[in-house]
Formats: sequence, C-alpha cells, structure tokens
Amino acid sequence: MTGKPLLEVENLKVRFHLRTGTVEAVRGLSFTLGRERLGIVGESGSGKSQTGRAILGLTPPPGEVRADRLVFDGTDLLTAPRRTLRALRGGRMTMVMQDPKFSLNPVMTIGEQIVEAYRAHRKAGRAEARDKAFAMLEAVKMRNPARVFSLYPHEVSGGMGQRAMIAMMLVTDPDLLIADEPTSALDVTVQMEVLRILDELVGARGMGLIFISHDLKLVSSFCDRVLVMYAGRVVEEMSAGALARARHPYTQGLMRCLPTLAADVRPLPTLLRDPTWAG
Amino acid sequence: MISSQTTMKGSMLQIADLDVVFGTGRMRVDAVKGVSFAVAPGESFGLVGESGSGKSTILRAVCGLAPVAAGRIAVDGAAVTNPRSQTFYRTVQMVFQDPYGSLHPRHTVDQILAEPLAIHGLGNTEERIVATLKDVGLGPSFRFRYPHQLSGGQRQRVAIARALILEPKILLLDEPTSALDASVQAEVLNLLDRLRRERGLTYVLVSHDLAVVAYLCERLLVMRHGETVEETTAAALRAGTVASDYARTLIAASRGFSRGEPVAQPAGIAAQ
Amino acid sequence: MAETSLSNPAGLRAWLLSAEPGSRLQARLGRAYLGWRAFARNPLAMLGLAVVLLLVLVALLAPLLETHPPLSGGDLRTERLLPPSTAGHWLGTDDQARDIFSRIVAGARITLGVVLLVSIIAMPVGLLVGTVAGYFGGLVDTALMRLTDIFLAFPRLVLALAFVAALGPGIENAVIAIAITAWPPYARIARAETLTIRNSDFIAAVRLQGASPMRIIANHIVPLCMSSVIVRVTLDMAGIILTAAGLGFLGLGAQPPLPEWGAMIATGRHYVIDQWWVAAFPGLAIFVVSLGFNLLGDGLRDVLDPKAAK
Repeated sequence: MTGKPLLEVENLKVRFHLRTGTVEAVRGLSFTLGRERLGIVGESGSGKSQTGRAILGLTPPPGEVRADRLVFDGTDLLTAPRRTLRALRGGRMTMVMQDPKFSLNPVMTIGEQIVEAYRAHRKAGRAEARDKAFAMLEAVKMRNPARVFSLYPHEVSGGMGQRAMIAMMLVTDPDLLIADEPTSALDVTVQMEVLRILDELVGARGMGLIFISHDLKLVSSFCDRVLVMYAGRVVEEMSAGALARARHPYTQGLMRCLPTLAADVRPLPTLLRDPTWAG
Repeated sequence: MISSQTTMKGSMLQIADLDVVFGTGRMRVDAVKGVSFAVAPGESFGLVGESGSGKSTILRAVCGLAPVAAGRIAVDGAAVTNPRSQTFYRTVQMVFQDPYGSLHPRHTVDQILAEPLAIHGLGNTEERIVATLKDVGLGPSFRFRYPHQLSGGQRQRVAIARALILEPKILLLDEPTSALDASVQAEVLNLLDRLRRERGLTYVLVSHDLAVVAYLCERLLVMRHGETVEETTAAALRAGTVASDYARTLIAASRGFSRGEPVAQPAGIAAQ
Repeated sequence: MAETSLSNPAGLRAWLLSAEPGSRLQARLGRAYLGWRAFARNPLAMLGLAVVLLLVLVALLAPLLETHPPLSGGDLRTERLLPPSTAGHWLGTDDQARDIFSRIVAGARITLGVVLLVSIIAMPVGLLVGTVAGYFGGLVDTALMRLTDIFLAFPRLVLALAFVAALGPGIENAVIAIAITAWPPYARIARAETLTIRNSDFIAAVRLQGASPMRIIANHIVPLCMSSVIVRVTLDMAGIILTAAGLGFLGLGAQPPLPEWGAMIATGRHYVIDQWWVAAFPGLAIFVVSLGFNLLGDGLRDVLDPKAAK
C-alpha cells in the first residue's frame, strides 16, 4: 500500500431526517483505503451498508451525508461537480450489491448490459465494447461467454448472475469496488467460487476493495483488514489474521455466539450489548 | 437408509420413498426424489443442502403444503390422511424462515396466538398465551404489539410460540435462524435447544448452515438436487468423517474463504 | 399505562402511542390514532373529509335546515322561478315554486342514502367474490372472474339503464341497478390482493393450525384486502352519485317530486338559459360532494395503502 491512499474518509456521518426524528446511520467513521481488501463487518442496522452507499453518493433521498474529508484519488467527493461524480461513479468506483436478481435489468440481455456499462464511461464503438464484454465474461469464468452474453438475467442461476454483475462492474477497469454482501444470497459452494473470482480480479488489477458483510468469519478469511461497526461507529479495527486476538467485547461476542463444527459449546454464549459501545 | 418395507417401530416421523413433483409435461420439476428417513421421538433430525436440494419441500410435503407424488409419510405410527386431520395439526407444527413474512401484519401477538386456540376450541386462552410467551422468553408487555413493533428475533420467538401453543410433538423448523443476525441466532438456537429438552419435542430442522444443524441435531440427511447424498450424524460432521465428497465440500465451504487450493467444485456450478 | 393520566391530552397521546399496549383495545386504538395522524397531515384529504361530514350533517339535520317544504311549492303565480336571494329563497325557486335550497338539503339525504346502500351491497359482494376466487384459484377462479368480466364489459351507466328499464324506474331500483354494476371492480381488486397474500408464510401458518378455508378468508385475507377496497369504494362514490344523478336526469332514477339532485338538473335544463340557478345549484352540490369523496379517497389511500401512493 504505497503512495497516497485511494480513498480517505474522515468523520463520515449519514443522517436520515424522518418524521419521527433524526436517525443517525453512520456516526463519525474514518478510515483510509489503499489498493487493498478492506472488510466492513456489522449486524443489521450497524450502518455498514450506508457507509458504502455514502461513498458512492447513493444515499437514498431523506438521507444527508456529511464528512470532514471524503477524497477519492485526489477528487473531493463532497464538493466535486455532478458531472465529475457521474463519471467517477460506475467508471472508476463501482458497486456490487447483494442480489443479482434485483440489480440486473430484467429486460436486457447480460451482454447488452455489460456493453452499455462500458460505453457509458468509455468512448468506444459497439464492436470494441462487445469484445471487452466477452473478455470480461471470460474473466469471471463463464464457460461459454457467447451464450451467457445473449441470456436474460432470469435465465441464469444466482451464482452466474452475480458473476455477470461482477463482470459488468469491472468492465470499466475501476480502481475501487464496493461489494455489499455480494455472496449472501448464494449457496456456500457457489459463494466460494464467486469470492475466488473476485479475489483474483481484484488482486490482478491492483484495485481497492471494500467488502461489506455481516459474516465476520468470511470477511476475516477474505480481506486484509477488517473494520467492525456497531451502531454507526467503528468499534474495532484489526488486520484480518488477528481475529482471534480481537480486543473489543463486541467483536469477541460476535465470534463466540456463532455455533461451529469445531467445538460444541452449549448453550451458545449470547451477546450482552453494553450501551457504552454505542458511545 | 431405510427401505420402504421396514417400518421403524416407535418412530415419531417416518418418510419412505417420498417423491414430490411440481407441474407436468415440460414444466415438470422433480423437487424430491425417493427420499426416506425416520425420526425417533425426542430426536432432532437435520436436512442439509443448498438451494434447490428439496430440503424445504420435504417439510412442506409433510404438512400437505406440497403435492406428494409417491411415497409414504407416517406421523406417530399412523400414515397421514389427505387432507390432514385436526389431530395432525395438533401433533405437527412448523416455524418458517422469514420472521417478517410469517406473522400476519394486521394482527397483534395476542391475536396470532389466540387463533390456533380458537380453531381447536381450546379454553384457558389467557393463561395459555401468557405462559407460552413466557416460555419463549417474551414478557407480557409483548402481548398486544403488532409485528412491526418487534425485532426480527422477537418475531421469530412469536412464531415459535404460535407453533408451541397447540402443544405439538413434532416441530418442523425451516431455516429458523437464517434471516437473523448472528447474536440473535444464538439466542434463538439456545431457546430451541432448551424447549426440546424441556418438552421432549421431536425436531426436523432444515438448514444450509452445517454448524447450526450440528448444534441442534443428532442425525442429518445431506441432500442435493432432490436426492439423498448421505445420512450421517452430527458427530461425524464435527469429526469430518463424512462419506461423500459433496458433504466434505460443504464442510470445507463452511470454514470460510481459503486462498489455498480450490475446493473441489460441485458439478452444479460448472453446468452453464 | 396509568388510567389517571388519560384525562389530559398529553397522557392520552402517550397511552395511544405506547409501544407496549396493555390490551387489545389499546393496541387497536393506537393503530387507528397513527393512521389518523398520517391522514390529518394531508390538507386536501381533510377538506374532503370536511365536505363528506358536512353532507352527513346536512342529511341528518335536513328537517331543521329546510326553510320551506321541499316537496310542495308556493304560489305558482308569484313564486315561480325566483332568482337567488329573493325574500326567503337563498337559492331561488324552481318551476313548481319550490325553494331550491330546501330541495338540495332534502336531496342530501337521498344522495347519502344511495351512496351508503350501494356500498353496503356492492362491497361485501365484491370482497366475497374476489377473495374466494383468489384463494381457491382454478375452476372457481375462472368461473367467478369470467362472470366479473361480463359485468365489467358494459359501461356502468348503460348497464344500470338496462337494469332500471327491466326493474322499472324508481330510486330503489336505481340503487339496486348501481350496486349490481359497482361490485366487479372490487372483486378484481380483492382477487389481486388475495393472490399476493395467499402464498405468504402467515397464511401457510394458519393452514397448518387447521383453519378452514372460510376462516382463513374471513379472518386473515379479508382484513388485508379491506383497505384497498375501502379506498376504491370511496373513490367510486363520486361515480355512484353521478350515475344516480344521471339516472335521475334521464327520468329513470328518483321520480318527481323527490328532490334528487340529478332529477332537479333534469327539470332545470328547460330554463338553463334564463333561469340558470334552477340547474346550477344542484349541479354544484353534485360537484362539491363528488370532489369531497374523491379527496377523501385519495387521502385514505395514502394512509391505508402505502404501496399505491406515489
């Protein structure tokens, strides 16, 4: 992780002003990301997904994003003009969401969607975009790229859909990929396959990856560094290998409350939430 | 595996050569193909597999929610009738996967729990509701709340209470914790484990999570594409002494991501 | 919750909004109160509610509000077709020397009666047909829905005309004819809602408790279809009023001398050039009440049926 960081986030806050009051989804989050794999782990409501969305400027309407600093590779995302942001989003920073069923356009073939994605950000002819799309489908290990190219999203399995999604998101050669629970909707064996492809592509292209998940075990086995979020804040930051030595009681509790094949502890230790963690 | 001829004496739930078929002609889907197993009283049995393995369909077939094309289902020694009898519903109850979809959105917890009592004409509604709520770890303050006023874990407790209020002998659990956060999952698993011991319940648990199955069950069936891969025990799962490659693949995948040598790829992904 | 605090408004509010209701009644009232708060935030819906309440009030108090007898006229030589705001006749008089204001007030009863009777007849029929068709599916569904389609295929007024022609003119027959033409859309809505509900886990759960199909439909499906049907009925009320008025206008609904608004316009049309008020005021009444029901329906939809709101 040499040189200046790819992404700098300082004191990020995401608030939702609702009728019933203001909900603070993210409350002062800071981190820097190099060309590495960063995992963000938390339970539902911890603000992990809103963090990813805020970086991409995809916070849904009643939400308000504030930060002391939100810089992507020298561009200030808070002050940059819309045009610049649009070019960055989908071009140099992209996102893979949980369920390909909902994030792929159901009335366009997978190939057309990849071509569209490419041509939206690169000045390229149809033929060039097509070649690029084929190459991408090969890169995500589709056995028969030509066939997958002309299939509609409902005609492929969940694992293939998610690989198509990754192909679409990586076709513009982005520098940053935010993956929000990219494999949670998939079967375990398929999940490993998709992760392996993601791992290879991210490694080979030297991209930065933010991997958002509820699965502490999965994140720590996949990423270089892990942020553990609780109630909108980071309660622990550690290198992935150091999971067993986690210091924060929340991280420890999260680890222990999972049943494992290795040890038969019963009853399972439950997590007693300490109000001071939310700080 | 149990052949269809031998009836296991004293089994609480017995399934022999079960076929479930949806649709006909070109739309025909064989969801379950010749599956057999038997569960003893007080035992907990797991059905493990990935999506499309037919594991949930078996539970639905037992309840009469999925069409049985062939095979036999016997509860407490007696073959089930079609449609199921009122006695069946008092013996077998089910807990569904999605706590957000399994509770009526316009009914309070009280109404949800009172309905089965009203259907079966059971008295003492008040006492039963309060006692069952207490049993699943919910205080009386939850009694008149609507589902939207409850968290996911609390909803699942209500769903368990609804299943228990008829005092069944068999509880069918369809991925009861997969929609819950890890810490809430632990609480619900502990609750299910305690209830089984206290009430001598028989469980059939469907899950994709091997660790959850190993925690709650003694024996299990590994399934794939509607067929039995192998019947094994939780102890064998923990020790890694399973017979089939597929079960080994599942065990390896459940350990998390490894950058080392690739896990043996099941044919399912390769088929494009 | 402490019962003593219920006397003051703040205490009542807290009691209603309690996250831990102590009784069935409190839970229901709390839910209703939340709905009311959402409804009250919409000024147009409140306006609609005000108009509808005004109609109800006028209908209830009609005998007290009438300044003249609505059915019998005054002196035909001196009091015929008087313009608005002449001595004692705020809105003028018609060709029979009857006070138009009093007739409109009396007509409120007829209008409200028609609307209520039609919805009381059509709503349960539509709900029953729709939920039964949706829940059972298959042959039952096909049969019931083809029947619904037949009714839907005719324009409402034309079908109502045919029924009235067969049954004979009169306000009662007009109500029956409108009700017969009004239920099919409710059946469609109820069926569509039922189709989305019937495969949900909570319906599977009650089936597993051994509930009979009729119990499931009545206790579990109908309450969920209710809100969208109520919204649709409210929005339809304007149409019902207009159809009733249309039948009255064509002489097939309320018969003279009944002060039905549509029939009043029918008489007024002979004088519309020189004595505009004879037709204009009943027309205005129809317009205001229809608009009121429409605004109310829109507001109700926002509260009861968040999916349909934009």
